[in-house]
Amino acid sequence: MNQSRREFLKTGFKTILATGFSIGVFETLRPEVLAALKKEEGLRWAFVVDTTKCIGCGMCVKACKLENEIPYDVNVTRTWVERYVMTKDGRIYADSPKGARDGFIKNDPMGVTVKKEDIDKGFFVPKLCNQCENPPCVQVCPVGATYQTADGIVLVDRTWCIGCGYCIMACPYGVRFFHPVYRVAEKCNFCYHRIKKDMKPACVDACSFGARLIGNIRDPWDSVSRIIKTERTAVLKEEFGTKPHVFYLGLDSIVR
Amino acid sequence: MEVHGEIWTLKELFVYPNEYIYWSIQIVMYPFMTGLVAGAFVLSSLYHVFGIKELKDMAKFALVFSFALLFAAPMPIVLHLQYPFRGINVFLTPHFTSAIAAFGVVFFAYGAIVASEIWFFYRKHFVEVALPLKEKRDKTLLEWIRFIIFHTLTLGAYDISEESLKKDEKAIKILAGIGIPVACFLHGYAGFIFGSVKANALWMTPLMPVIFIMSAVVSGIALCMLTYIVVMEIRKVRLRSRRRPWMVSIEEVKGVEISVIRMTAKYLLVFMIFAITLELLDLIFRGYTAVKHWDILRTVIYGRDFTQIFILQYTFGNLLPFILFLLPRLSIRRAITGLLLVLMGVFMMRWNVVIGGQAFSLTLSGYMDYILPIVPHNWETFKEGIGGALGILIMPFVLFWIFSKIFPVFSSEESH
Repeated sequence: MNQSRREFLKTGFKTILATGFSIGVFETLRPEVLAALKKEEGLRWAFVVDTTKCIGCGMCVKACKLENEIPYDVNVTRTWVERYVMTKDGRIYADSPKGARDGFIKNDPMGVTVKKEDIDKGFFVPKLCNQCENPPCVQVCPVGATYQTADGIVLVDRTWCIGCGYCIMACPYGVRFFHPVYRVAEKCNFCYHRIKKDMKPACVDACSFGARLIGNIRDPWDSVSRIIKTERTAVLKEEFGTKPHVFYLGLDSIVR
Repeated sequence: MEVHGEIWTLKELFVYPNEYIYWSIQIVMYPFMTGLVAGAFVLSSLYHVFGIKELKDMAKFALVFSFALLFAAPMPIVLHLQYPFRGINVFLTPHFTSAIAAFGVVFFAYGAIVASEIWFFYRKHFVEVALPLKEKRDKTLLEWIRFIIFHTLTLGAYDISEESLKKDEKAIKILAGIGIPVACFLHGYAGFIFGSVKANALWMTPLMPVIFIMSAVVSGIALCMLTYIVVMEIRKVRLRSRRRPWMVSIEEVKGVEISVIRMTAKYLLVFMIFAITLELLDLIFRGYTAVKHWDILRTVIYGRDFTQIFILQYTFGNLLPFILFLLPRLSIRRAITGLLLVLMGVFMMRWNVVIGGQAFSLTLSGYMDYILPIVPHNWETFKEGIGGALGILIMPFVLFWIFSKIFPVFSSEESH
């Protein structure tokens, strides 16, 4: 074969480009990828937290840690409960020791004993991933290891996450952390493995007071969907434009 | 068992349970190093593109130094990643809505530009070394190695006629021209990585990329000047010990050194003014608009981080060197002091952005303190401690030393 170096390089480059392109097309146009692109009509998970019902027992946190194998004694958790106490002098005490895993059993908000007669109001606020419609964590992941499913849940691919922590930084709600064992980004996913099998998330099942509810926001007859539509709910940190899908009943302006 | 970040984070008041200082010293090093790359390149381009003759000596040196720095720039990220070997995923499945995903493209594009510019610049030298060795019959092993290296470097292009060298020069000019925006982009997007994090009250500002570019150029010029001085001092010592009549005299070297430094210092000052103006604008604007998060930002900026921001960064890192360079009759010693302060100032700026941005909680009612690991007790506290950071700092100098064996960065026959 009589070929100059220039020609050889030219043909080589063209071949690589052509192969790369066709492999790329086959890879991107896989049926499951296309299916994911097309948002499902039927199902969009949403959560309702009724803060007026929460008593701060922490059973939800305990159940979550056990269900999702988050090492029990490590100071991270997929869901947690915050305690807010506002005194008559306008002081706000807020805390969540160990994510309220052991419940709030002592009168010690931020390590201070507050006299009963000094308190104006006090309440508990459970927190979990908001499964945003416009999730900043998904936006910033450099490798696409975290993604949104068609039913609205944001998941993390543990085999692909590089552990840069950009998603942790991008989440305005602080729900993400590095899994102590797998060392990749970790977050609440409404117990995706359970809800896919028509079960309730571990925290919902663990709550004896009905403070946590999950349902399909697109189904007009769904009880959660009814609450969101008919009652006065609020979402956390709306100003970030993330469109959270955890709706709160009885949310107060002092909640962070 | 501990979660990543817990070991160096001290929490105060109300902080969410999962919040820790996840971005530590290596993320401070990352924009610092890319800044040096971009700055060094811009400095070299001032000569190649805008034809500022006085910077010729510096430009040659800055180009190779920028190349050495380029290899060190992604290292902090690699040391920071929980899975360094998965870093390749950024190139395999880049997710382009992420600022970090652009890294692969920008970094390689920039690397290719610098590499080809260096190649055009030193092509003549490669040929001049390789050609006699090629013709030589019985080469020693060392000569063989040298021949193979330089023969490869020529890429088979042995034509060094006047005409082809003219073409090289044109190519250099074009590459340097494309290189400036790409260098700015390389660093601007590093600023974008922070500036686009809407969750972080301190980071989110469109000014961030521009501030980063300006301070990048400042730090790049400062490091080039400093390294230039060090190398010239070494040359002087060598000249003293092995004096030969055909060599340049010490006085000559001294004269060149001070005139190059004085010239470059002027450009340093210009970029410093831009950088400080933008930083102050950002600060004033935040105070003036005083939106929701200003309450906590104010306590961090004027209270908890006052020393790092106003003493170390602005006073010692900006104001003092500014005065040192402005005073007439700049001496080498004064230049060294000023340059070290400038570099410290830029480093502190990166520190105050990265660590300062995590000094307060997302709750806006709690704080986090970063305790830099100094004595490592495991791999993590080493790589994300002072040891890892120093390793990254030393790396470009080692690389530059190796490169200077191949590229005649300081050939005496060309410089004056």
